[in-house]
Amino acid sequence: MADNMNVTLQEKDLKKVGVAQRISGVFAKILCYAFLFLIAIIVLFPFYWMIISSLKTLAEYKLPVPTLFPKEIVWHNYVEAFDAANLGTLFKNTVIVGIVSTILSLIITVLSAFAFARLEFKGKNALFAALLATMMIPGELFTITNYQTVSMFNWKDTYTVLIVPFLVSVFYIYLLRQNFLQIPNELYLAAKVDGTSDIKYLWKVMIPLALPTLISITILKMMGAWNSYMWPKLVTSNPNMELITNGLRNAYSDVSGETNFPVQMAAVAIVSAPLFLVFLFLRKYIMKGVSRSGIKG
Amino acid sequence: MKIVLQNLTKIFPSRNKKVKDEVVAVSDFTFEIPDGKLIGLLGPSGCGKSTTLYMISGLQKPSGGKIFFGDDDVTGLSAENRGVGLVFQNYALYPHMTVKQNILFPLQNLKGKDKLPKDVMIERAYTAAKLVQIDNLMDRKPSELSGGQQQRVAIARALVKMPKVLLLDEPLSNLDARLRLQTREEIRRIQKETGITTIFVTHDQEEAMSISDLIVVMKLGVVQQIGAPQDVYDDPTNLFVAKFLGTPPINVFDGRVEGEKLYIGDAAVLDVPGVSDQPVTVGIRPEGFNIDPNGTFVCNLQNVEIMGRDVSVVSTNEASLNPVIRSIVNSDNKIEMGETVTFSLKSHKVFLFSKEDESRIYF
Repeated sequence: MADNMNVTLQEKDLKKVGVAQRISGVFAKILCYAFLFLIAIIVLFPFYWMIISSLKTLAEYKLPVPTLFPKEIVWHNYVEAFDAANLGTLFKNTVIVGIVSTILSLIITVLSAFAFARLEFKGKNALFAALLATMMIPGELFTITNYQTVSMFNWKDTYTVLIVPFLVSVFYIYLLRQNFLQIPNELYLAAKVDGTSDIKYLWKVMIPLALPTLISITILKMMGAWNSYMWPKLVTSNPNMELITNGLRNAYSDVSGETNFPVQMAAVAIVSAPLFLVFLFLRKYIMKGVSRSGIKG
Repeated sequence: MKIVLQNLTKIFPSRNKKVKDEVVAVSDFTFEIPDGKLIGLLGPSGCGKSTTLYMISGLQKPSGGKIFFGDDDVTGLSAENRGVGLVFQNYALYPHMTVKQNILFPLQNLKGKDKLPKDVMIERAYTAAKLVQIDNLMDRKPSELSGGQQQRVAIARALVKMPKVLLLDEPLSNLDARLRLQTREEIRRIQKETGITTIFVTHDQEEAMSISDLIVVMKLGVVQQIGAPQDVYDDPTNLFVAKFLGTPPINVFDGRVEGEKLYIGDAAVLDVPGVSDQPVTVGIRPEGFNIDPNGTFVCNLQNVEIMGRDVSVVSTNEASLNPVIRSIVNSDNKIEMGETVTFSLKSHKVFLFSKEDESRIYF
């Protein structure tokens, strides 16, 4: 009899716990989604603002109380954006600088990360510590000395000056080295026994395994090249050598110096599109990288 | 092809430059491994067996001594040029490649005159895969395989370039008990079929004894004994080897020799002709005991474990250096549960060791 009561009591308790668990689960989910929704709005709002602004008339844009949707959709802004600025040249320059600097930067990063992760040489750790220490120096300080250096070389208004100074990134090397270090040592030994050279091992085993990191680096570097503003502004004066960010800055001002913001916004939207596409295309690799991080030997 | 190790020594320098505490991983190892045999390198962890294997493979450079493959001195040759096959403890399969790509990998690295046409490579890969019975898994990734399957892939990858030497580093340690039994027989079969000289590292004495032609017992970098498994078991050169081989382990006692008789406690248990009077350590194999009411070796009976064919008698004795004495007798023996059990000893299962240096005292 007593045993029976115990059992039923326990069953009741279990039910209660089950219900409580379900309720708290639902509650947690609601909170979670609400939070994500809020963050998504904060992140997406600037893009939304860019797109609706690019479709407004200048008069509507200047209204003291901004409208959340254009009263009249002006597609013509996009045509104007293309006509007013030398967008073709700007695009071409930026693409060349972006692609070349990304490829060269990847090669340098991969090789130095491999050296720091895998090779044994005297002073390896000291050298790596010194490299890391350079990350402490603010970028603005580099800008001044870099400017002096490139002026000395007479590199102004060339692609070289836009590409070379930023090829080596200690951060990328550090990131990839850490990733390389996680690849088990046995794979290297196995590859040695299987008769591979270091370079072949790097190419056939390490790079495929570190692909997610390499893709992240590619995206970061591309975005860096695409968005860079200050350095190109400093070292280019010839409009034919300008990059897209600089070109957009002044292209849409009329004689009185007033900027036609909707047209400029349209140009910004056009310029953002390629980067957006690159991200969309590479997104699945990034996700793959996240979900495959637990490599089994 | 035979492998000759000549005074092979490996010393790891100490990490701290101020304190001199270098580690001698392998000390003065000299041994000629006969062609086409399966050799078990056996010892507790840290005894230098894996280091020896890595030196033979070329992944580690010896600090002293020489290695010959046949008549060729390969001491200075790096791993990629030695043409050995090596199976790692954790298999070290390339996780991003399929089974087929993994097995093909060593062939794709062949250079110059050794380079093979593509169809020959694929044929060889399939031959190797068939040998270890994984030819139906060729398009899977390593993560989609079980431990045993991964291990076979690793063996196939090591065999595919038809190495002169196959090295196995604790190949069974990641498998469950049943698979371990099956796989070790398979390794034996593959080794016999291919006739490749094989060296195989393990800390499991049962594994080594069951499949090796010869076993090498090592301790702290020093070779203790080399011989056929049964010979080493029946005739250990020192206490360490005696203790290391055999399940259940050997029973060890404090004893002394007086007037050519062996005493354990106060009982004279065995005649030991030709041994001078001295304290000794006595090792008795579990199968060295007879249940014998007329015997002289009396122990306190603790438990009798029935195992079907055999009976395991667990008893204690004050002179025993192990917590319990485990003896295995035929189940035909009727054992009466009482306070004590009385044994007589089989003299060829009793070993005497010096108290000073643990070396064997023959009688």
